[in-house]
Amino acid sequence: MKEIIENIKIRFKVSDVILQRQNITFMTTGKESAIPLITWLRDYEGFSHFVLFSTVDWNEDGFFQLTYLLNNPVKKVDLGIRTFILRKNAEMTSAHHLWEQVATYQREIKEMFGINFPGSPRVGESFLLEGWDDIPPMRREFDTKEYSEKTFFPRPGRESNDPATYMKSKLYPNEEK
Amino acid sequence: MKKNKLINWKPDRSRFPEMGADGKLNVDLDSQKYIKVWQGPNHPGVTGNMSLELTIGGDEVVEAKTHVGYLHRGFEKLFERRKYIQCFPTCIRMCVPEADSNEYCLATGTEELGGIEIPDMAKWLRMLALEMARLQALLRIVPGQGGTMGLGIGVQWGLYVRELILDRFEELTGGRIYHMYILPGGVRGLLPDGFAARMEDNLKKADQFVKDIQDLMYNNAVFKKRTKDVGYIDPSWVDKFGIVGPVARAAGVKRDVRLDYPYLHYDKLEFDYNIETGSDIYARSMVRLKDLKTTIDLIRQILAKMPEKGDIKALTPNVLHWEIPRGETYVKSESSRGEYGFYMVADGSEFPRRINLRGPSYTHAIPLLEKLLINANISDVSSIMVSLGTCPPEIER
Repeated sequence: MKEIIENIKIRFKVSDVILQRQNITFMTTGKESAIPLITWLRDYEGFSHFVLFSTVDWNEDGFFQLTYLLNNPVKKVDLGIRTFILRKNAEMTSAHHLWEQVATYQREIKEMFGINFPGSPRVGESFLLEGWDDIPPMRREFDTKEYSEKTFFPRPGRESNDPATYMKSKLYPNEEK
Repeated sequence: MKKNKLINWKPDRSRFPEMGADGKLNVDLDSQKYIKVWQGPNHPGVTGNMSLELTIGGDEVVEAKTHVGYLHRGFEKLFERRKYIQCFPTCIRMCVPEADSNEYCLATGTEELGGIEIPDMAKWLRMLALEMARLQALLRIVPGQGGTMGLGIGVQWGLYVRELILDRFEELTGGRIYHMYILPGGVRGLLPDGFAARMEDNLKKADQFVKDIQDLMYNNAVFKKRTKDVGYIDPSWVDKFGIVGPVARAAGVKRDVRLDYPYLHYDKLEFDYNIETGSDIYARSMVRLKDLKTTIDLIRQILAKMPEKGDIKALTPNVLHWEIPRGETYVKSESSRGEYGFYMVADGSEFPRRINLRGPSYTHAIPLLEKLLINANISDVSSIMVSLGTCPPEIER
């Protein structure tokens, strides 16, 4: 793993290199160099298995963290490449041409976080949420409790009861205490 | 010499739509050459609820799209509003047939980020729970492959033995499907008295089931005819599509997290990759049958090798006020369907910043299935789908 990291450092500007475990390392790179880096890792360093593409919302800092997790099945190591993009008008270069499943991840991230990947196949198609018209739900500011109360709770005919009071009214209606 | 018409027969492709300049098929439904058929969201046996939007020309599929969302409960969003320990009752619902992989990954990730080392005994018990979970999952999916083509009796036999394994789970954890046995720091309890003997009785029944299902299903002419050379996956697709587990092993590619990245005490057990090379539905079924035999053997090995007593839980801070230091990790395990992992990010608070599940179905049931179904006969759709081990809850999380 050390040799791979040295090779990366020669070619790409990376920071925050963290050896999390013996066989997994995370590192950060710039938005512009993320796709060239993972392409190079796939083509020259044997990271042929694309494990996961994930997003973390650091809303207080105004950034999204995108993590590309790759695996080298021969050397049996994982490598997480992080990059940070602005939350406002969030957009990232598509990596759908590298692995088939990336387009699905990008479609989901577009729907859940509102990050666009221009050129990615079917990126505009809904993934789970047909007819969704609120903010992307995986953004931190989306309040699930408020949404469910607004959408589901005050339905006509639906009542909420305090269990103790309700049981007393049903079982012992004439009891004083 | 006359040519054999059958050998030289080529399907009439004149019905098939042409590809437009944008790469999409020109499907004119008004021409009445094609129809749309929705398979699901009711599932054809052991897969879970998802829909396949199929465009059919004659009885061949010309286009397929996977639609998920019927089981979406927003687990990953809910994690952000729950303390680490409160995530456990939620995470196990992300894969109903094999809930223990979720517990293991979440507990291990939390321990790694929180700097906790678990006792040796807990590692053995975790491994036992994971192998029992694999066994009961395989007892569904192995005969379930036959179920997709009307061979229902094998499913009933498999479910009978599975119920016996669930009895052992109930004895060990108190629960049959959802166990919450593996928690940060260790496990919830030791083996009850006489557990190993009762398990051995059940494993003998499982051995008998393996013999019976071979006669019933794997040597069945109809099953062979409908599974051999159907749903073929080129081995070069394994990396291209992110294929893992039995589906990759059936294509001759050695992928097993237990052997490639040994966790718990898997390096102390004797077993090997279960490989086939046919890469069709039959080969994938055969790999799962071999996995079933391996799992039965592994449970026996674990019960024989594990210590009788020992600490099962490390000292942990009060879980309700446990602040995990800022960091991130990816923890994976081998489920019955392949690599199953959790990407976890902690921000130093009592709540996880992000927990993202990587399940095998994400790649198997969307890009791979959509590709495999093109030119498939409509009657083979559910068989191909089941052979990939699809589990929609882990896609929609």
